[in-house]
Amino acid sequence: MTATSLRRRALKTSSIALGLALALSAPALAADLVISNWDGYMAPDAMAAFKTATGVSGEVVVHATNEEIMGKLIAAGGKGYDVVFVSSPFAEVLNKLGLTEPIDHTKIPNLANLYPEATKLPHDVGNAFSVPYTWGTTGLCYRSDLMKVAPTSWSDLLAPSDELKGKTTMLATDRWLLAAGQLDKGYSVNETDPAKMAEVKDLLISAKKTLLAYDDTTFYSKLVSGEALMVQAWDGWCNYGIAEKPEIKYVIPKEGSDLWVDTMVVMKASANKDAAFQFINFMLDAKNHAWAAQNIDYKVPNKPAMESLPADFLAKFPNMAMPVADLVKFEQLRDVGDAQRDYSKIVSEIKAAQ
Amino acid sequence: MTRPSRSSLLMAPALAWLAALMVVPCALVLALAFFRRGIYGGIEYTFTLENFGLVFDPLYAGIFLNSARIAGTATLIAVVIGYAAAYAIAAAPRRWQPVFLFFAVLPFWSNYLIRTYAWIVLLNREGLITQLLRWFGYTGEPPSMLYTEGAVIAGLVYNYLPFVILACYAPLSRLNPELAEASRDLGASAATTFRRVILPLTVPGIAAGAVFVFVLSIGNFVTPALLGGGRFQMIGNLVYDQFLTANDWPFGAALAMALIAIMLLVLMAQALAANRASGHVTQAGGGTDG
Repeated sequence: MTATSLRRRALKTSSIALGLALALSAPALAADLVISNWDGYMAPDAMAAFKTATGVSGEVVVHATNEEIMGKLIAAGGKGYDVVFVSSPFAEVLNKLGLTEPIDHTKIPNLANLYPEATKLPHDVGNAFSVPYTWGTTGLCYRSDLMKVAPTSWSDLLAPSDELKGKTTMLATDRWLLAAGQLDKGYSVNETDPAKMAEVKDLLISAKKTLLAYDDTTFYSKLVSGEALMVQAWDGWCNYGIAEKPEIKYVIPKEGSDLWVDTMVVMKASANKDAAFQFINFMLDAKNHAWAAQNIDYKVPNKPAMESLPADFLAKFPNMAMPVADLVKFEQLRDVGDAQRDYSKIVSEIKAAQ
Repeated sequence: MTRPSRSSLLMAPALAWLAALMVVPCALVLALAFFRRGIYGGIEYTFTLENFGLVFDPLYAGIFLNSARIAGTATLIAVVIGYAAAYAIAAAPRRWQPVFLFFAVLPFWSNYLIRTYAWIVLLNREGLITQLLRWFGYTGEPPSMLYTEGAVIAGLVYNYLPFVILACYAPLSRLNPELAEASRDLGASAATTFRRVILPLTVPGIAAGAVFVFVLSIGNFVTPALLGGGRFQMIGNLVYDQFLTANDWPFGAALAMALIAIMLLVLMAQALAANRASGHVTQAGGGTDG
């Protein structure tokens, strides 16, 4: 299915270049644990600290997108990796394919740190095969100093006022691109009814004519430079813009957002499952998880970690302080199975439209 | 007696290289195209032809045509600019020619992605061109140059122009100047000499350069993604999306095969054009004798 992700703190090179490096071979590393994560999505010294704490050595390999790591996992039956970070719909797919190891709650005492809501997420109620690592929303990120009226609705992006024409971007990744249209129409972000999806397609084709670009990776720098005035953005990436320019603001449109969740899963093919659970336990430690929140600017589903965040940090990035009850009102992107092919076709039609 | 075995020995590394890195991967991709996509991505090993049928769906056929149009435009522009440049280099003093050629291919020494990013720095709304305009006193709305079809074509022309220059320079520099002099002596104008003598003799170079640009452009996906802002879907982007976003490898493979088929057709057309051009020259030569 879809989705990129995103969420690399520093964009070193385009994801396209990284995509070129797609290799199907499993990494042959000498460490006890092999972890695959997005670049910059955990503390640089996490593995060293983990080794000091547990004596287990681990290697981190990076993937640029969910699809890239999914390709490797499916092709190799999950061999070669112990813990993998993927977005929730992909965790669902891995579970349906029988590639995930059930989470042994007795070996991860720090699961108690999770908000109760984070243990009841619809994609995996009771954390049977996945443990949430970060979560958040997708909304509008905009230059409050250059726009006359603050946006409130997805329509402000999809049918922009004249001052915004040619100065907006949308996410290129199919599920989030479609979600903007689905939410605007009041449909589920997992809607597959052909008639409704045809409406969504027409709406997004008309929106395309007003866009500067589709952009998954550099949209916040376009806001900082003033090239774009409003972009569809994941909250954490909007925070990167806010960090550089405080006039940048984030808003969840009145029609709502999706609730995205990035998770940790243990592979069934892992030869070192106890160490894998130990690693997840280590990441859920309040201090370690707080590091993630403060350094990658994403909300984490860890109660003591969120409560430890300094007030000035929350003041700077208001969306970090969003109450959990509000966050979990939103619908998660779910795996849609065979309908994914229809989604891909609709996205191709939108991108090919003149 | 030992010659055939020696030549096959010398060819062995190149053949092994081709077989391992070209024939086998292409065969694998071709084979993939006959299977079904699994529900969760991956491949379901049931034989099907539906992926090839889908290639002819108006949507995807339209993307092929649009890619051909963009690649064709880039080719035309690159040939006009490149031929003129090659002509000028070939007409320059002999000792300067290597220097000019060196500058023509200099960009190849830096990374393709970095060169393409440089165009973003140039063309974006707050980029160098806008700043230059402002420096000259322009105060209006900055021009929208990046993320347009024009930007994609400019990127393709820029990147592949050196191929045309090199391909056209070779026949132009080998051209016997006495041919042009003879044509002028016999009363042909400069334009007629160019059209009837020089151009026909350099058609193989033009064809080779044009094919380079067209084949590399029609399959390109980096330039439309970066300079087109994802708003222009070329066939390369579609293949990329099938493999890396939709996880629909079988359909991606069918698209890739269709693309290879188009490239083979173009290469055959080039071979034909080159053949006909050399035949034409012989005939013309015979005609002069008579």
